[in-house]
Amino acid sequence: MNALSQPARWERFFWPILATALLLALWYYSVRWTGTKVFPSPLEVERGLAELVRHHVLWWDILDSLRRVAIGFGAAVLIGVPLGLTLGWYPAANQVVNPVMQILRPISPIAWIPVAIIFFGVGDDAAIFLIFLGAFFPIVVACINGVANVSSVYRRAGRNFGLTPPQLLARVLFPAALPQILVGLRIALGIAWLVVVAAEMIAVDSGLGFLVIDSRNSGKRYDLVVAAILMIGVIGLILDVAFRRLEKLRSVRWGFRLES
Amino acid sequence: MQAISAPAALKTKLAVDHVSMVFDRDGKRTEVLSNIDLEVGDGEFVCLLGPSGCGKTTLLNAMAGFLSPTTGEIRVDGEMVRKPDPRRIFVFQERGVFPWLTVEGNIGFGLTKLTRAERDRRIAHYVKMVGLQGFEKTYPQELSGGMKQRAEVARALAVNPDMLLLDEPFGALDSITRLIMRGELLRIWEAERKTIIFVTHDIDEAVQLADRVVVMSARPATIQRIVNIDIPHPRDISSPRYLELRDGIFQQIGLAHKL
Repeated sequence: MNALSQPARWERFFWPILATALLLALWYYSVRWTGTKVFPSPLEVERGLAELVRHHVLWWDILDSLRRVAIGFGAAVLIGVPLGLTLGWYPAANQVVNPVMQILRPISPIAWIPVAIIFFGVGDDAAIFLIFLGAFFPIVVACINGVANVSSVYRRAGRNFGLTPPQLLARVLFPAALPQILVGLRIALGIAWLVVVAAEMIAVDSGLGFLVIDSRNSGKRYDLVVAAILMIGVIGLILDVAFRRLEKLRSVRWGFRLES
Repeated sequence: MQAISAPAALKTKLAVDHVSMVFDRDGKRTEVLSNIDLEVGDGEFVCLLGPSGCGKTTLLNAMAGFLSPTTGEIRVDGEMVRKPDPRRIFVFQERGVFPWLTVEGNIGFGLTKLTRAERDRRIAHYVKMVGLQGFEKTYPQELSGGMKQRAEVARALAVNPDMLLLDEPFGALDSITRLIMRGELLRIWEAERKTIIFVTHDIDEAVQLADRVVVMSARPATIQRIVNIDIPHPRDISSPRYLELRDGIFQQIGLAHKL
């Protein structure tokens, strides 16, 4: 077997598992050797996780977080995609809106928390608004760039077949830009998952973010804090992997570099 | 000068009348086409031949209606060309097939006004004509260059245009595939009798395919000469007449003794 060939099947699982095991061992022995009473060991975290599952809080917190992401991200898609396509289609409109967007875009959604609370009060709506803000700009920008980057050959071919502007948008520009739009949506979903945790620490009293902050505040249960953090990581990974499956659809696969 | 007009036996399909094209870019004026006069007959196969970057593609874009001439006008069937039209389909140099559609989807792209059954019938007909049977559900990514180009030609033919405007369609193919594709194009042309304007920088390609070869100069492009290729198809590319015509064009372009 030479360096260019693919790793064997067992290797693809073996090395990541080994790395994870080593990391867990490092964690375990660090806790043992430093003799910390505050930070939990992996075993304590595992017990904490089991406790959360037993008391049925974990599922409700996960569902609450996912529900907020679904609504906030969904709204960002429903508004952001048509807006982005339109702005990409009319460069003149884009010129008008672009300066405002460029100022709003780099603002962390966390900075909007006080504003969100003024608008929506402490509660679900504020959290959803923050997720919406975090997801909205990457989606709009991906759509603008996606449409702007469509090869002029495809545009001309579309016009040649007598398409009206709305038809051209629906039948040429949108499908041609779709791979780039999907990348933007995936980034936006990742951001939405980051933001929901932060928003839940401040604006609401349920969800994984609330679980983290609540476990700390009510009795310094750091085993539960770390258990919740791990859950956040695992669910974020699952969301990303699930979304990546969309990139394998045949009508968009051309836009992604083929792996393996 | 030479025979600018279409052969007397044919009705004039396309008339290019004193067309000049000037591009203004960053305050710099570039004259790309200079006073082009040309008539093409109905069902004629004409090659525009010239060095790379001479403006022949610009002329083809103007014929398609993607660009409008700075001065002069282009008429098809006596009607001025103002915008693209499905009656004259442009086949692109780069791969113009839509990668998000299957072969079938591409060929049926311009057929949305037809009923489902009629559309399917047309698609099947042109899939067969370009020899892509068995690849109807395949995406372009999985096709070879020659097959993609066939799919694009089929997509163009499916809307039943009067004219095909081909911009170095076989330029990116390997030489064997290119020879095969030339043969196929001639076969299709003989079956469908479309008017074909074919842009190329390949002298052999022009002489093998065209009824008339329009030899263009370097930028700003003017028509240097129009050569009638009076050899019936299928052409014997080692016949004395073929070589004579080809060498004549070589000489015209000024390459004869430099090779």
